[in-house]
Amino acid sequence: MSSKSDSHDASTYYVPHGSPWPILGSVALFTLMIGAVSFMNEWAGGWSFLPGALLLAFMFFGWFTTVINENEQGMYNLQVDKSFRMGMMWFIMSELMFFAAFFGALFYARQLSVPWIGGDGVKIFNKLLLWQDFNAAWPTNGPAKLGGHADHSFETIKAFSLPAINTAILLTSGVTITIAHHALREGNRKVLGYALAATWMLGFLFVYLQGTEYHEAYTELGLKLSTGIYGSTFFMLTGFHGLHVSIGAIMLFIIWLRCMRGHFTPTRHFAFEAVAWYWHFVDVVWLVLFVFVYWI
Amino acid sequence: MANSGHAAHEGHDDHHGAPKSFWQRWVVTTNHKDIGTLYLIFAGVMFFVGGLMALVIRAELFQPGLQFVDPMFFNSMTTMHALAMIFGAVMPAWVGLANWMIPLQVGAPDMALPRMNNFSFWIMPFAFTLLLSTLFTGSGAPAGGWTLYPPLSLQGGDSFPMAIFAIHMMGASSIMGAINVIVTIMNMRAPGMTLLRMPLFCWTWLITAYLLILVMPVLAGAVTMLLTDHFFGTSFFSAAGGGDPVMYQHIFWFFGHPEVYILILPAFGVVSEIIPAFSRKPLFGYESMVYASASIGFLSFIVWAHHMFTVGMPLAGQLFFMLTTMLIAVPTGVKVFNWSATMWKGSLSFEPPMLFAVAFLFLFTIGGFSGLMLSIVPADFQYQDSYFVVAHFHYVLVPGAIFAIMAGIYYWLPKWSGHMYNMSLAKWHFWLSTIFVNVLFFPQHFLGLAGMPRRIPDYSVQFADWNMVSSIGAFGFGLSQLLMPYLVWQCVRGGAAAKAKAWEGARGLEWEVPSPAPYHTWETAPDEATIIHASPTGH
Amino acid sequence: MLRKPGSLSAVAAFVAALAAPAAHADWALNMPRGVTTMSQQIYSLHMTIFWWCVAIAVFVFGWMITSLVKFRHSQGAVPDTQMLHSTKAEVIWTIIPVVILVILAIPAARTLIHLEDASGTQLTVKITGYQWKWQYEYLDKGVSYFSTLSRDSDAARQLQSGVDPKTIPDYLLSVDNPLVVPVGTKIRLLLTSQDVIHAWWVPDLAVKKDAIPGFVNEAWFEVQADKPGTYRGQCAELCGRDHGFMPIVVVAKTPAEFEAWLKTQQQASLPAAPNAG
Ligand code: HEA
Ligand code: HEA
Ligand code: CUA
Ligand SMILES: [Cu+2]
Repeated sequence: MSSKSDSHDASTYYVPHGSPWPILGSVALFTLMIGAVSFMNEWAGGWSFLPGALLLAFMFFGWFTTVINENEQGMYNLQVDKSFRMGMMWFIMSELMFFAAFFGALFYARQLSVPWIGGDGVKIFNKLLLWQDFNAAWPTNGPAKLGGHADHSFETIKAFSLPAINTAILLTSGVTITIAHHALREGNRKVLGYALAATWMLGFLFVYLQGTEYHEAYTELGLKLSTGIYGSTFFMLTGFHGLHVSIGAIMLFIIWLRCMRGHFTPTRHFAFEAVAWYWHFVDVVWLVLFVFVYWI
Repeated sequence: MANSGHAAHEGHDDHHGAPKSFWQRWVVTTNHKDIGTLYLIFAGVMFFVGGLMALVIRAELFQPGLQFVDPMFFNSMTTMHALAMIFGAVMPAWVGLANWMIPLQVGAPDMALPRMNNFSFWIMPFAFTLLLSTLFTGSGAPAGGWTLYPPLSLQGGDSFPMAIFAIHMMGASSIMGAINVIVTIMNMRAPGMTLLRMPLFCWTWLITAYLLILVMPVLAGAVTMLLTDHFFGTSFFSAAGGGDPVMYQHIFWFFGHPEVYILILPAFGVVSEIIPAFSRKPLFGYESMVYASASIGFLSFIVWAHHMFTVGMPLAGQLFFMLTTMLIAVPTGVKVFNWSATMWKGSLSFEPPMLFAVAFLFLFTIGGFSGLMLSIVPADFQYQDSYFVVAHFHYVLVPGAIFAIMAGIYYWLPKWSGHMYNMSLAKWHFWLSTIFVNVLFFPQHFLGLAGMPRRIPDYSVQFADWNMVSSIGAFGFGLSQLLMPYLVWQCVRGGAAAKAKAWEGARGLEWEVPSPAPYHTWETAPDEATIIHASPTGH
Repeated sequence: MLRKPGSLSAVAAFVAALAAPAAHADWALNMPRGVTTMSQQIYSLHMTIFWWCVAIAVFVFGWMITSLVKFRHSQGAVPDTQMLHSTKAEVIWTIIPVVILVILAIPAARTLIHLEDASGTQLTVKITGYQWKWQYEYLDKGVSYFSTLSRDSDAARQLQSGVDPKTIPDYLLSVDNPLVVPVGTKIRLLLTSQDVIHAWWVPDLAVKKDAIPGFVNEAWFEVQADKPGTYRGQCAELCGRDHGFMPIVVVAKTPAEFEAWLKTQQQASLPAAPNAG
């Protein structure tokens, strides 16, 4: 970690001195993975995730504290700020591609594999030789009718029920965070506090509603992770998105705490913007998801 | 010559030197040079680990009949060899070179995000600890090939989730490394260092970094779906539930094809630095080299299914992927021709970096030709999954990527260590490597054409002769590699002092600072005159 | 300084050997011509691309070697540092490769379209891959059986079996029950799998197609009427422990012999095994 005795000249790029957080982060990640492996291989129970998760949380806390302190001491000039921004942008880009893999799976299944199993075009032998009674219509849990109710049927969640409400919630939160951003730039700390609080609350509300939706899916609709390709893509996409909303909401909460402590200035507030971008990103992903997973 | 990097360094107090304690210097470091060194050492270790696995393969294939290993272990060796070489040796070696050279070449004081830089390095040893420890699990290491195709890979035992999570970790590391490269190049260039004054190594790495960011997450997604198919009952890759095993292949190769260009683009960069240096002549067609690299990067996203011509794709798909794949020969050809034109009317000398670069030109091109042959769908029906493919990709990977890495190390080693190395030993290393690599991989073309499938531990006797030749080549090549660590060790410990500009014809800002490069360089950015003087085209 | 002994001599050996008549099988260098019309078309396609590559190689390597010889620093060569680029040259070496590629793509596409045309087949065999054997079902003929590695090969291939593979006839390439087909007949293969992905490959027939669980792939071949014989191949997709040990043997008989064979099979087999829809 950097020592305070460093006289730092704002005209030069701040190159931090050695820091224990990365190596700790690597150990944390390793521990988390060992925990996950142990769980999957049934060497240990769900608790095995805990040590790694705690270490990771500790690492993030420590690392960010260091960075925030350095920032508050004015060690970062505008060029450093720009590095952070670009870093965040490209990180979001990589996340987008992560989602793209799952969307790719959805499109491939809907456009290609399901029709092919149903004997579409030159793939007629799939139907003739293997899956005579399969009706290739979306949604489906496949020719073997995997998962679902006892009779292997299942229902899907209607787009214009809870998901529509969730869409409204996320869109509203997109508006509130923009309000917060404007307030921050205008130095209106009061509006900033309220708008940001509204944003994280909406975020958690979304996660909560998503939870009730999952509950209904599992207990009433016969829609599970194991309900064929529909269940697989549905839960993979919404679940992965839900995870991102949760992370985003936690970040919003932390940013809100920092605002309450008087952090950020109208011109310099990288962390705020990073979280805002992230939030817009989960918002956009949701819209695509709403259209392709729930609606059409 | 303006040694501004050095000059800036003199004025400062002691905290700018390398820290004394091991922990400070090598573990928690944020210095791009030390991190670069760590990456290179790690890559070297993994090259030997992966190479030993290759030797197990070649020992078993020396003769027909099963002499040494169980078929399952053989498959594990094939799988782990590829993972160790690609993710453990070549990729970290390129990141190591990027760490060392990019800040020096663009006139930046360090990488843009130094702590994250350290993080991306340290994830790697842990990821490989996880991956290599699968060798000791009861079920044995993953044995489904490096491509991890389901349903076969789903039959894996305890090692299955370990491999998946190891890949997740490597992906995270690569993404962070790539972000660092992009941000360094886009935000840390010295004033006056315009994009078109950058050395090609920076350019090709920049494109590589974009590829990494776009495809590593896709690999992560693919293996995540494998994981849920195995443990949580999803049916992404199972027809019974409406999925398709071939869908995995599409997603994997959407990553996998750009991945092979991730391995080779930085090589193009290194070669584009070395050929002009030892031809004493600027690179021919600098701008078209940049555009060609970018085109290769772009095309690499729309050719992936050439790895899957036998899965039964619709005709239109096969035609599309054949044509796009063939197109890659065009920008690659532009590169080859530009390198040839750079040597034309030059004044060539053959120090070790140049020797490796020239061998790269010839042997990579041979690998490219076999790649072109593979892209012709009907012919690929005969080549696919045969040793012809093995020969193709080893030509582009070993005398391609690995030779370029070696060329880069021989080129910049004096800059890193401050010493010249034992030239005649390096030349021995070169000649032995070049001869044996061909003895090793050229016969594999014949084996493949004669019908020998890949990934088999034993074969029918008609393949015996060329396999024996190939195995002899493998052991010869492997043994020759022992020269290099010895040589590097010698060079680090001592030797004739290297000049700031270790090679007469070298260009680039790295040659404007003393050798060895001071612990911190370019704390004050180089001035524009220096930049122009050092730029690839001289203006 | 110019020599690349490894690469160049190997290329030279390759080229020379291709030209040499009937190279000894063990040192085989090239793809078999095969015994179907398609395999021969593919062979000539392969040779066409190969010779184009050789021609380009002669040009590019010749150019490089000339530089390596002519412009040596040690011989006092003076570099032409003004030679930065030439739009004309760059356009030329972009266009010419494109033209070559078009020349290659046309026959390739034609052959491919032909290969994908499975119409007019006269006999259909359903092939199912298992870890680690093949099942052949003659659809609508009531004949179905499994094909596995022959016993002597199987004994010899065990780890440290002590048996010299050279003493085993067609080591690893012989099976108990080969696929039997008539020559001069267009045969449709319908490939699928019961467990993991396999691939059915017989070089002489130029057929390689994946057998994918849950899906059926189609391929076809027609052995030339004058080429009855035994043709061997192997599974070509990694399918686990014994991937290297699930060979394929195709016996092509004259139509009359084939009919006779089919009769005996139909009599021998129990009431039809396949339940093809
Ligand atoms: C560094 C890695 C690298 C590179 C650079 C390449 C480059 C190329 N590869 Fe290769 N490839 C691999 C690594 C690489 N490959 C790997 C690892 C696999 C196997 C994966 C697995 O299955 O495990 C593979 C497999 C593979 C296949 C699948 C084979 C199969 O499984 O059936 C195909 C098919 O099209 C292919 C094609 C090509 C082509 C067309 C190029 C082109 O980019 C080559 C272009 C270069 C030239 C053509 C030479 C120079 C050009 C000229 C001198 C100009 C004039 C030339 C002409 C007009 C012809 N590759
Ligand atoms: C960058 C990538 C890379 C590199 C550098 C290499 C390097 C080598 N590879 Fe390859 N290989 C792949 C990537 C790579 N490989 C991939 C992707 C596959 C496909 C996997 C799959 O099918 O899933 C593959 C598969 C593969 C096969 C096919 C296996 C099969 O299908 O079953 C073979 C067989 O010969 C082989 C051999 C070799 C050899 C001999 C080397 C040599 O170059 C290695 C040389 C290095 C050393 C030998 C180590 C150094 C020396 C020592 C440790 C000292 C001790 C030495 C002695 C005692 C002699 N590799
Ligand atoms: Cu069956 Cu390989
Ligand atoms: Cu490819």
